[in-house]
Amino acid sequence: MSSQVHGAQKFDNAKRSETVFSEDAMKTVQTIISRYPADKIKSALLPVLHVAQAEFGGWLSPETMDYVASVLKIKPIEVFEVASFYSMYNLKPMGKCVLEVCQTSSCWLNGAEDIVKYIEKKLNIKVGETTKDGMFSLKVAECLGSCGTAPMLQCGASYHENLTYEKVDSLLENYKAEGKLKSYTDLDYKNTL
Amino acid sequence: MGRKLLIHNDKVPNIHTLEVYRANGGYASVEKALKTMQPDQVTDEVKKSGLRGRGGAGFPTGMKWGFLAKPEGVNRYLVCNADESEPGTFKDRYLMEKIPHALIEGMITSSYALGAKTSYIYIRGEYFYVARIVEAAIAEAYAAGWLGKNILGTDFSHDCYVQVGGGAYICGEETALLESLEGKRGNPRIKPPFPAVAGLWGCPTVVNNVETIAAVVPIVNMGGEEYAKIGIGKSTGTKLISASGHINKPGVYEIELGITVEEFIFSEEYCGGIRNGKKLKAIVAGGSSVPILPAALALTTAKGEPRLMTYESLADGGFLTGTMLGSGGFIVMDEDTSIVKNLFTFSRFYHHESCGQCSPCREGTGWMEKILQKFLNGTANESDVDLLWDIQSKIEGKTICPLGEAAAWPVAAAIRHFKHEFIEIAQKKKFVDISHYDRLNKLVKA
Repeated sequence: MSSQVHGAQKFDNAKRSETVFSEDAMKTVQTIISRYPADKIKSALLPVLHVAQAEFGGWLSPETMDYVASVLKIKPIEVFEVASFYSMYNLKPMGKCVLEVCQTSSCWLNGAEDIVKYIEKKLNIKVGETTKDGMFSLKVAECLGSCGTAPMLQCGASYHENLTYEKVDSLLENYKAEGKLKSYTDLDYKNTL
Repeated sequence: MGRKLLIHNDKVPNIHTLEVYRANGGYASVEKALKTMQPDQVTDEVKKSGLRGRGGAGFPTGMKWGFLAKPEGVNRYLVCNADESEPGTFKDRYLMEKIPHALIEGMITSSYALGAKTSYIYIRGEYFYVARIVEAAIAEAYAAGWLGKNILGTDFSHDCYVQVGGGAYICGEETALLESLEGKRGNPRIKPPFPAVAGLWGCPTVVNNVETIAAVVPIVNMGGEEYAKIGIGKSTGTKLISASGHINKPGVYEIELGITVEEFIFSEEYCGGIRNGKKLKAIVAGGSSVPILPAALALTTAKGEPRLMTYESLADGGFLTGTMLGSGGFIVMDEDTSIVKNLFTFSRFYHHESCGQCSPCREGTGWMEKILQKFLNGTANESDVDLLWDIQSKIEGKTICPLGEAAAWPVAAAIRHFKHEFIEIAQKKKFVDISHYDRLNKLVKA
């Protein structure tokens, strides 16, 4: 079943048929589903969307959302409703590394705005934009629970805390050298709590 | 040194593993409860302890458990609220990351008391790596027989699962959390019915904060009466405080309820005083939603008594001169801080996080952010202060969930105590911000 509910993004039937979880991802999805009563598997939607976002290029295309709907046996609109509500799901393509700089009180008190300006200048993009090479996107985030180690930014599963300009330099370099898509579901993460 | 019951082992190497946690006395509460106590006896101990919800509301936990409906043949659930998102709060993250088994042990003991065969730990999505740590600990607990069928050879069986969220502050509200756990948008439900009657999938459900559930462990181990001896009056036991802002030693501290605010901010045992030798200007004592207090009222109540870190003392004077303990998200601001700009970051936050169900919150939070933006742009008029006051007063009490209050209270308190800052910006038509210059740019005034 295809749907027309995904806003500006156009639905591509050919892409839809190519959108299938790998064996590993499907195993993860089945584990998630097994945590809920058999008639309540819609509950698996949020965690499964994280798996899907990591699996299909770091964002949720209309085709991906319809595929998730078919896996969980729910309507596409139920997936879109959720995907469009929560801040961690990207409804448009993003850079491989999405840098989310926390900007709420404690981080602001510790210089978050300067970190944002520094990254904007260094990458030559504004908040909400992606570098031309598709490597980095810059976002601002609301409180990420790292107030005691402010300022901080999140990239995929990793928390980069107690940021300084030097730390930003080195983490950008490392990510660029790695050149990999960073997802919330990554098993390797850095944190400095 | 105050007594510690929750994170006393946080510096023990490998305390996140079952082996080390067990060797340090872990899972004793499960043994004691399952082998020597009836479920209701566990609930009684929690009632005797005086434990109050550590997520922010401070509702007595034993009473909340007592409300749980127990119809025959209907599943009951325990859901752990690990959606910690209140700005200034990071204690649950610390506890789960450092000592994940403390939470799991609490989940098992609490579930036994409530008769819950299944429990879920709902962790905010941004804490994905923390969810990995908790899941690894759960796997260890299953392998060692602390979870699963017939725990310790008794007829109590229990399954515990983690669910990650998708990034939404509102899911810290318990009914929004349940909606999210059901795979929906986090729109809070109208109460009643309360979750204790109709919660997860319509079944009776108790939703408790991470720290609340972890506190059940020492309560069962030492007995509710012993636990209640710590603290003052109705503020019993210990509390995790997340300390951040312009202090020398930010971090998570476990305090005995009842120490003075002054000791907490200035002693070497805790925050270690204000950074760079600056003076204290204001504190937000319990997360972004509680009223900000200027230094004088933070340290001393309007009656002239020392302000204590208790639910009652922090609330002394009501909102006119007091605040709330809330989640224990303790943000300290030095003399250079712009209260207007800090308020702007809060209002932007609440605008971003409003779920959009109720008009006063959906529209009002946006208006407040826009008006505060005018102050930062230097285009605000003096009358905009009155407009801000008017808007916040029309949000409070007019929404389904407390996000309305959470958005309104900080605005009201900032105007109540720091109106002169708003007026000054409006008169000068100029805003200069040096609040944050010391941290990265080292432009500290002598």
